[in-house]
Amino acid sequence: MELIEAIILSVLAASTPLLLAATGELVAERSGVLNLGVEGMMIVGAACGFGGAWLTGSIIIGALCGMLAGVLMSLLFAAMALGLAVNQVATGLALTIFGVGLSGLIGAGFVGERITPAPHLQIPFVTDIPLIGRILFGEDGFVYLSLALVAAVWWFLYRTRAGLILRACGDNHVSAHALGYPVLKIRMYAVMFGGACAGLAGAYLPLAYTPFFIPGMTAGRGWIALALTVFASWLPGRLVIGAYLFGAVTILQLHAQGAGIGIPSQFMSSLPYLATVIVLVLLSRARTGGSTAPAALGTVFVPDR
Amino acid sequence: MRKNLLAAAATLLLAGGLTSSAIAAEKLKVGFIYLGPVGDLGWTYQHELARQAVVKEFGDKIETTFLENVPEGPDAERAVEQLVRAGNTLIFTTSFGYMDPTLKVAKKYPNVHFEHCSGYKRDKNMATYSARWYQGRYIQGEIAAKMSKAGVLGYIGSFPIPEVVSGINATMIGAQTVNPNIKVKIIWVNSWFDPGKEADAAKALLDQGADIIMQHTDSPAAMQIASERGKFAFGQDSEMIKFGPKAQLTSILDTWAPYYIERVKAQLDGSWKSADTWGGLETKMFEMAPYTNMPDDVKKLAEDTQAAIAAGKLHPFKCPVVGQDGKEVECKGGDHLDDGQILSMNFYVKGIDDKLPGK
Repeated sequence: MELIEAIILSVLAASTPLLLAATGELVAERSGVLNLGVEGMMIVGAACGFGGAWLTGSIIIGALCGMLAGVLMSLLFAAMALGLAVNQVATGLALTIFGVGLSGLIGAGFVGERITPAPHLQIPFVTDIPLIGRILFGEDGFVYLSLALVAAVWWFLYRTRAGLILRACGDNHVSAHALGYPVLKIRMYAVMFGGACAGLAGAYLPLAYTPFFIPGMTAGRGWIALALTVFASWLPGRLVIGAYLFGAVTILQLHAQGAGIGIPSQFMSSLPYLATVIVLVLLSRARTGGSTAPAALGTVFVPDR
Repeated sequence: MRKNLLAAAATLLLAGGLTSSAIAAEKLKVGFIYLGPVGDLGWTYQHELARQAVVKEFGDKIETTFLENVPEGPDAERAVEQLVRAGNTLIFTTSFGYMDPTLKVAKKYPNVHFEHCSGYKRDKNMATYSARWYQGRYIQGEIAAKMSKAGVLGYIGSFPIPEVVSGINATMIGAQTVNPNIKVKIIWVNSWFDPGKEADAAKALLDQGADIIMQHTDSPAAMQIASERGKFAFGQDSEMIKFGPKAQLTSILDTWAPYYIERVKAQLDGSWKSADTWGGLETKMFEMAPYTNMPDDVKKLAEDTQAAIAAGKLHPFKCPVVGQDGKEVECKGGDHLDDGQILSMNFYVKGIDDKLPGK
């Protein structure tokens, strides 16, 4: 039983950065913008987040620095993809390549330093309840924050007028524009939100997961977050399931190996991506029910006036 | 990164006007190709330290350039060629995957000398060099078996290639000399460098009852997890004690500096010749970090073993080496396995319950 508890704790920690980054990307994509720069925004967020925490000694300031860095990166993307109407795919890829290099430069000064990781929640007695205590009441703040964020995004998208307008921009920007909504402005806010989330997700790695900064430490998690939004078919609820599933597969394959269960580790490592492809196929076959991609996703919009 | 850009800019400038030989005549230019960022605190960092040692040794007589974050594969060829065009006449390519790209460029520029790390293809102007890390792993195995209370070691592997497999086997053979019933749990993360996944693997191993963490991946993440849980671990490539002051038992340190200095010196006085250098403790191609966090008797055992290996009295793969199937492995090197057998090792020794991937 202790092993199960330990596995669940590891899964929650491994899933949180994925969930954070994917939530931000989901909002951006819902507004019609495909930002492939998640990995780049994350790694810059990781560098700035660690830098902030290392200089000030405060995890919260570190997290804010990470978010701010993510927003600045996303503004760069917005200026190109929205302002100058450059191809979104190319801009996003460029943002990732740029981010990986930039983070190395930013982080050069504090490679090899270490900080005290984010504290875990500790409520007397409650956290000590066997089995569920540590899982429900003993996580670090980021885990709770990520879940609250998804709930807030769901509420925003489906229960508020602003959310409806944002989705309208993503489904048909011409109509939204004709109705008088500032499509580009809305998309910019959505992209900035995506940047903040990616930056926070990146900052989670050096602040809570592995408390040091090393260039390239995101190691492709930004790409998994992108796959997750597709996997979740752009629905916040499914995003939570997807993120924990991806995290669970990662952790369980490690445990399977340690226990000597003879499944090839390479196959297990590729499972999340295989699942994404299968979900895509299922989605395209069952067009009714569920939500598919925002209709205007990735298309350039130039207002006519 | 900045250095990277500068190097690229310099290449462009040079490619525009001057020929490479014209520059080479003035000052010896030495180039380096790195797999990771110089700040990876592991593999690449150790090569960078050696480059700095070379600069310190020869000062104004040479000029060095490095390109970092160069992916293995076809891209590497362009990077190596870039260094040639920029006038470098001695070029170190520091990862296994640069083998074919380096060879290709070497054939194209017979007057430039190449040094490839950890590969097996050579040419008149392309030498190879590597270290017998398995010697260090044998020592670590002994220490691990002494220090483990549970009798279960946790091993994080990168990819199941011979170098890593021989490391696992050497560890086990060393550990079995102390505790014949020692167990090992092995997790492959299929990456050289993914701090998050390495940390997860360390957690999984500890959760499953291992109490010593050994790694053949590059980041200090596993060390930090061991430290957090109050368990012991071994570093990799570089000194990692900062990440586990109470956890690190020792670490295999790649010390390339003496070799690099020797080769640059040979290039300077014109005596450079292609060769295959596979050095170990006896030539200080690698060293062991101080033995820490262990009782004196374990420390003494480790030091004695280290001295015996360095003196050539002890070979980690001394015969008989028994495979997982219980059969003795053919003994090609007299009283120990020969280098070819170690370099192509694709079996686990007896005592490992796991199955080697792909077998």
